[in-house]
Amino acid sequence: MRNFQHFNPASLAQATTTLSSKPDAWVIAGGIDLLGEMKNGIIQPGTLVNLKTLPNLDYIKFSESDGLRIGAMATLAKIEAHPDIRKHFTVLSQAAHSVATPQIRNVGTLGGNLCQRPRCWYYRNPAFHCLKKGGKECFSVSGENKYNAILGGGPVFIVHPSDCAPALISLGAEVTVAGPRGKRSMPLEKFFILPTENPLRENRLQAGEVVTEVHVPPFHDAGSSSSAHRSVYLKVKERGAWDFALASAAVSMETNAGMCRSVRVVLGGVAPIPWRCPQAEKTCMGKQIDEALAAEAGKASLAQAVPLGKNDYKVEMAANLIKRALLMCSASSASPR
Amino acid sequence: MKQRRKIRKQKAHIAFVLNGEPCEVAFAPHKTLLEVLREDLNLTGTKHGCELGECGTCAVLLDGKPVLSCLVLGLDAEGREVTTVEGMQLPEGRLHPLQETFADLGAAQCGYCTPGFLLTALELLAKNPKPTREEIAQALSGNLCRCTGYIKIYEAVELAAAHMRGEKAEVAEEVVYGLKS
Repeated sequence: MRNFQHFNPASLAQATTTLSSKPDAWVIAGGIDLLGEMKNGIIQPGTLVNLKTLPNLDYIKFSESDGLRIGAMATLAKIEAHPDIRKHFTVLSQAAHSVATPQIRNVGTLGGNLCQRPRCWYYRNPAFHCLKKGGKECFSVSGENKYNAILGGGPVFIVHPSDCAPALISLGAEVTVAGPRGKRSMPLEKFFILPTENPLRENRLQAGEVVTEVHVPPFHDAGSSSSAHRSVYLKVKERGAWDFALASAAVSMETNAGMCRSVRVVLGGVAPIPWRCPQAEKTCMGKQIDEALAAEAGKASLAQAVPLGKNDYKVEMAANLIKRALLMCSASSASPR
Repeated sequence: MKQRRKIRKQKAHIAFVLNGEPCEVAFAPHKTLLEVLREDLNLTGTKHGCELGECGTCAVLLDGKPVLSCLVLGLDAEGREVTTVEGMQLPEGRLHPLQETFADLGAAQCGYCTPGFLLTALELLAKNPKPTREEIAQALSGNLCRCTGYIKIYEAVELAAAHMRGEKAEVAEEVVYGLKS
């Protein structure tokens, strides 16, 4: 790693001002992804602005009336173990638990997980000046594209590596970011951008902005006896631990008397952004979900998939994950998953 | 009188608790905790592995929790408590029960991954004195071993846990000598 200045800001305002005034300043939270990029020589920050010493950014608050609020600096270990998250937002605790390894989850933060950079090996290899790094070509198109996108790709074909993002989008989460001009919030789904909008970036953060909070709104019918809310995160990876998703599915569903009343389906590991599947949602709405319907929902979601040659396997894998997750969420047994 | 030159400080200077004792160290600010421990404090028990968080051999305890010292800056140790494998030994140089069972059961071969396993297991047993095999596997899932496989490591953790609970457990003969033919 090249040397850099390390700066512990006194406040969030000082952090964002410093970040916006120095073009070679980078924000460091847990540092897991950032230090990896620095070691690989992909980025060479002149200054690191450390968020770890700022107070009150790692909270997890839950109430029935306000829902769930998580500070960006909350660690993944804290999120996966939190009793309210396990009980009410299963998909999120499962997603946080599925990230990397216990040692990494003790350090890695929610904000960092949402803002981590792609894992594409052409991007991570400093020898390839790829489109994602300002070059002219996405080498995955004609190269080794086993792990690349089957949906939403072009002109770059990275997949978004976050597990927490699909889970949170399935829960309808909002994200708050703070910058030199103050705070703003948006649906987490709108936070991520496709490469057609900007091939160099994965999200809408502007110069000096950092993620500060994620808010999951409460379920509108909490307390009604005939309705149930269930959510699940399923992830396929090559290694039992550490690995990123080949494909993953986050499903969050409300049922009333066995009928699907509302549902969000989001795929991870298959597109440059967490990939919402409105076709699957439409297929399920207002219906009792059985195996045939769940399979149809999975298939419909992947109808637009365009594999690159070595990642065709992801099409069937993602469709099956959607099917399985829908069936788990609609299962009549009340056992938590 | 000779004019003093103003020389800009190149090193960061931090104080923290290392293996139970106060410690101060100066180092280049870009160094990882792993590099500070090995190069500036000469504690080479912590091993340098993949550098990217995949192998777990550099694991140390930071405020009692296992972290990868290759992905934590040395600066992040400021004011905190760090435990390395050197800090595991008991008074009078006796081995920790985990070190003892790792040796007795052949849970270490080349030994390169052992410090990371020991510290991660130490934290597991501190919060869960009687873990199931599944809980042990889960806790150690971030540590790679390429020699023994994991069965002997799990058995060593289970036996050490029994010893630490004060039980008079002994290693089964076939674990050490294999099944009698």
